[in-house]
Amino acid sequence: MESKTIDFERGWDHVYKGIKQLRRILEGLPEPLFTSGEYVMLYSTVYNMCARNPPHNYSQQLYDKYREVLEEYITSTLSPSLRGKRDEFLLRELVKIWVNHKVMVRWLSRFFNYLDRYFVDYRSLPALNEVGMTCFTDLVYREVQTNIKDAAIVLIGKEREGDRIDCSLLKNVLDIFVAVGMGSMERYEDDFEADMLRDTGAYYSRKASSWIEEDSCPEYMLKCEECLKKERDRVFHYLRSSSEVKLIEKVQHELLVTYIDRLLEKEHSGCRALLRDDKADDLSRMYRLYCKIPRGLDPVADIFKQHVTAEGTALVQAIGAASNAPGVQEHVLLRKIIELHCKYMAYVTDCFQNHNLFCNALKDAFKVFCNNTGTDSSSAELLATFCDDILKKGGSEKLSDEAIEETLENAVKLLAYINDRDLFAEFYRKKLARRLLFDRSANDDHERSVLSKLKQQCGEQFTSKMEGMVTDITLSRENHAAFEDYLRSNSAAHPGIDLTVTILTTGFWPSYKPCNLNLPTEMIKCVEVFKGFYETKTKHKKLTWIYSLGTCNLSGMFDQKTIELVVSTHQAAVLMLFNTSDRLSYSEIMDQLNSTHEDLVRLLHSLSCAKYKILSKQPDTKTISRSDYFEFNSKFTNKLRRIKIPLPPVDEKKKIVEDVDKDRRYAIDAAIVRVMKTRKVLGYQQLVSECVEQLSQTFKPDIKAIKKQIEDLITREFLERDEENPNTFKYLA
Amino acid sequence: MPLVCLSSPEGIEALCSDLGVDYTDVRILMLAWKLKAEKQGYFTQDEWQTGLKALGVDSLTKLKKALPELEKEVEEPSNYEDFYIYAFQYCLTEEKQKSVDIESICELLNLVLGVQFRPQVDSLVEYLKVQNDYKVINADQWINFLRFCKEISFPDLENYDATQAWPLILDNFVEWMREKQS
Repeated sequence: MESKTIDFERGWDHVYKGIKQLRRILEGLPEPLFTSGEYVMLYSTVYNMCARNPPHNYSQQLYDKYREVLEEYITSTLSPSLRGKRDEFLLRELVKIWVNHKVMVRWLSRFFNYLDRYFVDYRSLPALNEVGMTCFTDLVYREVQTNIKDAAIVLIGKEREGDRIDCSLLKNVLDIFVAVGMGSMERYEDDFEADMLRDTGAYYSRKASSWIEEDSCPEYMLKCEECLKKERDRVFHYLRSSSEVKLIEKVQHELLVTYIDRLLEKEHSGCRALLRDDKADDLSRMYRLYCKIPRGLDPVADIFKQHVTAEGTALVQAIGAASNAPGVQEHVLLRKIIELHCKYMAYVTDCFQNHNLFCNALKDAFKVFCNNTGTDSSSAELLATFCDDILKKGGSEKLSDEAIEETLENAVKLLAYINDRDLFAEFYRKKLARRLLFDRSANDDHERSVLSKLKQQCGEQFTSKMEGMVTDITLSRENHAAFEDYLRSNSAAHPGIDLTVTILTTGFWPSYKPCNLNLPTEMIKCVEVFKGFYETKTKHKKLTWIYSLGTCNLSGMFDQKTIELVVSTHQAAVLMLFNTSDRLSYSEIMDQLNSTHEDLVRLLHSLSCAKYKILSKQPDTKTISRSDYFEFNSKFTNKLRRIKIPLPPVDEKKKIVEDVDKDRRYAIDAAIVRVMKTRKVLGYQQLVSECVEQLSQTFKPDIKAIKKQIEDLITREFLERDEENPNTFKYLA
Repeated sequence: MPLVCLSSPEGIEALCSDLGVDYTDVRILMLAWKLKAEKQGYFTQDEWQTGLKALGVDSLTKLKKALPELEKEVEEPSNYEDFYIYAFQYCLTEEKQKSVDIESICELLNLVLGVQFRPQVDSLVEYLKVQNDYKVINADQWINFLRFCKEISFPDLENYDATQAWPLILDNFVEWMREKQS
């Protein structure tokens, strides 16, 4: 390279020749392309004109010439070809000249490259590329921008109506909008996108207003889905990806948001109808369409909740009105509720993708009707009875293990909807006790599985007592083995009767009324022997005997044959009185036994007026009166060798409800104290809501009950009302 | 100042007849309040002397004349609540007693609030007598009776809001009244 100064005119002459050559190439004239040698020469010329000290430094002039050349090229060659053209022709021509312009700029910049290296930065001037872009923008773009925008939008409109358009043409046109922004998307957004969106909105608004009249909800939704897909494709094919969000939002707004109410409420095909007719696909589509729209799912979830609530309520009422036998009716009710639950749970999972809104809608709906059975029994009790029926012997022998597991699992799920969970726990515990103590449990595995499901659902505290009960039974078995050993090694102590004692840990088991029944001597001996054994094991625990839970096997020496009678301990105590007396009056029995009237009537009834008349009664009426006389009925017989004389249990329902109410009072009391101890000062409404929150796992407290406890705590001087503000309470340490 | 042996209910009865006031009259209660008497039916020597000094009287006749003024003093808003609470405490005759039986409360309401809030008292007393939930009334409930009379429009009960911390007995009372009115 020659390193000498060069005269401006001469230098420029050389460069300009190169430019003219470039222009001829661009015009498509048969012109050879630049060789690398030629290129180097041109570059060097420029270099020589710039890398000099003044006054031979022609950087500024060259910089200006660069612009001039471009402007001249544009105005003489490019712009004219645009004039008079419209629509698609305009677009095509624009793309063509854009391409040409880019080539020109590229090559020119290469020639003038040295300016970019130092001069541009030194003078803080726009780089050569930028200059090129600015020229194009000022001289071409500004003139045609409105027309090309309109033409582009027209094309898009045509495509929407089903015509095929030249996607790559559109893409190229939009590239120009972007390029003109020179790094920012402003031109694209302001000069094209804004109107495109507006046009899109208008288009879909028109479409929607006619579709909503003519189409059913599923049809409309299908069209929406298709439109959205097409718009996305549009973005993929030629729009800029930054347009996607705004475009989709616009379409969604016009199609889905504007008409949401009309769509969902369509009489024969709207959301309610779809639910009614089990149209899972359509519901799934509805979910898909509305899940991206903020608050879009709210009305859908609402309708879902109303629908489920209505179905559930109708179900409860229908079964309440049916005239089946009470036990059957309630069993059917629970089965049906479980079915309903499974059905709509499937909707939540499959159609609604387990979305929170729908999970909650289902929960709220079930809470409404699960707590109102329309019968005398609360739903807590029904559910406990339902479980008991499945778990006890003879309850569900026909079902497979899996079916049983599934039913129990579903039953436990229902517990989440029942407000009185603590009431359920009490009923369940009572029935569990009966199953365990009278050996009526069908399957240990199922029992344990239910407890673990309950624990999972309601927490450890809920099942800790029940688990204790099960453990007690297991321990008792071990204990019994030890007792047998004890008897073997102390044969003198043997009571002469086979004795099995189950030890229950107080606190785990429901509370039982202890009674002071006078036992026959044989039984007393049993008790003493066991006491002796137990004292060898531990001196720290006290045994209280609950005879009402015991069973006894007696040999009834009837005339015809001896029959083994399986009775309760109390019944046995009554019968054994007749070992020493032939005939006894009610009062004599009463005195000897030291029972209550209520219990005695039940006992005697079961032995003399029920299915098996072990005792004969005078007079032979159907009920027990205090003037009756009883005798051992030696004439009694039965084809079986062993019969069980059932003793109908006392209806504990009232007591259970009372017990639970009492527990609740304590729980509410404790909750209030807990809250106030932490907060020290708290407003009434907040206190109430915090208590409700704390107790929510176990039961739904009555607001009046909370108020009552607050008053009680005021009387007991735990709390006081604030003098200034009567709605605020203070904790008194 | 006499000599009347006041440390006994009979003494007080005698005082009442001297003053020409029935011993169930509210003004005796007001006097007790002024005297800051601790025990119902009794005025101790101390209480008597301190109280009379506060009233600025030194004879029975002057005491009699001072009664109307005493009434006015009690009815002053700043004193009234104090007097009202005092009336309740005055009924707590046993040690550690915290509540007063319904019968007495009804009488007390009549006595203390009857003049100013006649309709409220009549309805409230009627309710207290028929309801079964409460056999006694505690201090918190008592003070809220007054607040009820002062704040709640009667008999429409429009501004009564059961979701606020009104004692349950008043919630029940309002419910009972609304049922009666419908």
